[in-house]
Amino acid sequence: MNYYHPDMECASREKLRDLQSERLARTVRHVYENVPYYRGLMDKRGLVPGDVKSLDDLPKLPFLTKDDLRDAYPYGLLAKPLADVIRIQSTSGTTGKRVVAFYTQNDIDLWDECCARAIIAAGGGRDDVVHVSYGYGLFTGGPGLNGGSHRVGSMTLPMSSGNTERQIQFMVDLGSTILCCTPSYAAYLGETVISMGLQDRIKLKAGIFGAEAWSEEMRRDIEKTLRIKAYDIYGLTEISGPGVSFECSEQTGMHINEDHFIAEIIDPDTGEVLPEGTRGELVFSCITKEAFPLLRYRTRDICVLTRRECSCGRTFIKMTKPMGRSDDMLIIRGVNVFPSQIETVLLNSGMTPNYRIMLDRVNHMDTFEVQVEMTPEMFSDTVKQISTRERELVAALRTMLGISPKVTLTAPRSIARSEGKAVRIVDNRKI
Amino acid sequence: MTIDQISVFVENNLGRLAEVTGILGDANVDLRAMSIADTTDFGILRLIVDDPARAIEILRSAGCVVSVTQVLAVSLKDVPGSLAKVLAILADENISVEYAYAFITRKKDDAYVIFRVEDNERAAEVFARHGVKTAGAGELFDL
Repeated sequence: MNYYHPDMECASREKLRDLQSERLARTVRHVYENVPYYRGLMDKRGLVPGDVKSLDDLPKLPFLTKDDLRDAYPYGLLAKPLADVIRIQSTSGTTGKRVVAFYTQNDIDLWDECCARAIIAAGGGRDDVVHVSYGYGLFTGGPGLNGGSHRVGSMTLPMSSGNTERQIQFMVDLGSTILCCTPSYAAYLGETVISMGLQDRIKLKAGIFGAEAWSEEMRRDIEKTLRIKAYDIYGLTEISGPGVSFECSEQTGMHINEDHFIAEIIDPDTGEVLPEGTRGELVFSCITKEAFPLLRYRTRDICVLTRRECSCGRTFIKMTKPMGRSDDMLIIRGVNVFPSQIETVLLNSGMTPNYRIMLDRVNHMDTFEVQVEMTPEMFSDTVKQISTRERELVAALRTMLGISPKVTLTAPRSIARSEGKAVRIVDNRKI
Repeated sequence: MTIDQISVFVENNLGRLAEVTGILGDANVDLRAMSIADTTDFGILRLIVDDPARAIEILRSAGCVVSVTQVLAVSLKDVPGSLAKVLAILADENISVEYAYAFITRKKDDAYVIFRVEDNERAAEVFARHGVKTAGAGELFDL
């Protein structure tokens, strides 16, 4: 068995508990002393840092949600002076403002280490050629796996997303052995490799796929077309990025890096902490981060946590793939999209906030259509003018969401009103 | 001299065009000319009718998105080459045509062409200068 940090990954339960308790207490003190927003939340509950001495005291702390991130945007939750911050990453907010997460050098280091653990667990090492086709930039996918691969000492191909033929050319020419991307892109790459007749010329042995939902069927498909073993990876920008948890050779759930993150499962309606093995909302507390150490952050992902002996030898608790969301966030082509963001753009563009989101998966790729009702303001007697307005709307949506939908103009009053998200979103993707 | 053209947003659904024209037929609105601009997702139905104000009211109350545009109607001899001649005049004067459509009448030997241009006033002045006849709404519905 290969581990990046066996002392931690295979630590006894007692050792982990003690470590988590000590790190939690330290982090609570750190945020109380350095983040007025946190201190305000704790004061409201009559809490002082001394009240949180161990893991058992964790439920005393208030939850944080995306609303807190929006209210405290941009610097309100920053726990270190700017001089110590070296990087930001960003993800979607629920409306106009994005979520911005900050990193010190130590924060980047621990994130890199989490991703390195995932690469090692997938059979990676110094001799491997790690092909990173996650997007680079504000999205955490590319930078995360890139850093992890450096840490392992593998040769890293910072491919980023898109340009599939070039991806495959590099894969063939440089002999990529581990592919990191979204599962839908992996499936697409696999099909393209076959259609180019290059299946025998690629040397991939493993893939690390995350950032969107995928099924066991899809895993088997990808494993067959690319002739690899496909591993799941999980993470979120607010907590650090990919590598918060990762799959091992057993492929029965993702080990959470518990020396850095404490996981809880709660009832999304009451906030009550649920026992292990119960399905509920996943909540994370960062206990080693410096610049942006969120405590009890509600991920809105629904899953199950189990602590069972694993054949890989790791003792870290395992989470299932997210089975759904406790809010209305959609993951489209790996990008988080909130319907409220679309509503904001429509209102700003003078359209009716009456829309329908149509999602489907064609050739393993998500299709994303936003249907909007035609308005007198948008209408014109010339196609040219309507197309210009339509393009402006697509551009505004792309700016807000980070991906471009196809906009379809429908007849006025053709979209049912006030019936909630059930009709707003038509998701025909078979995942 | 311009005339009112009504444009109607028509979704690309089977039967939608029949529905829209049916609304006007039921209300006894007389169509003099029409054209459709189509895209992959929708169409723009452009109409010259006898009573534009009433047609708009009826269509709007039926939930249609409607707009009114001032267009020029030119009457031409219905002989080969007459349209080309008018278009050449516009081209020489640097006036581009957004779109145009034509119709002939039963009672006269003239054909009518509807022109949509950027600047109606300038186009009308050019037509007048070159002896091209423009028709008013009265003339079109007096055919």
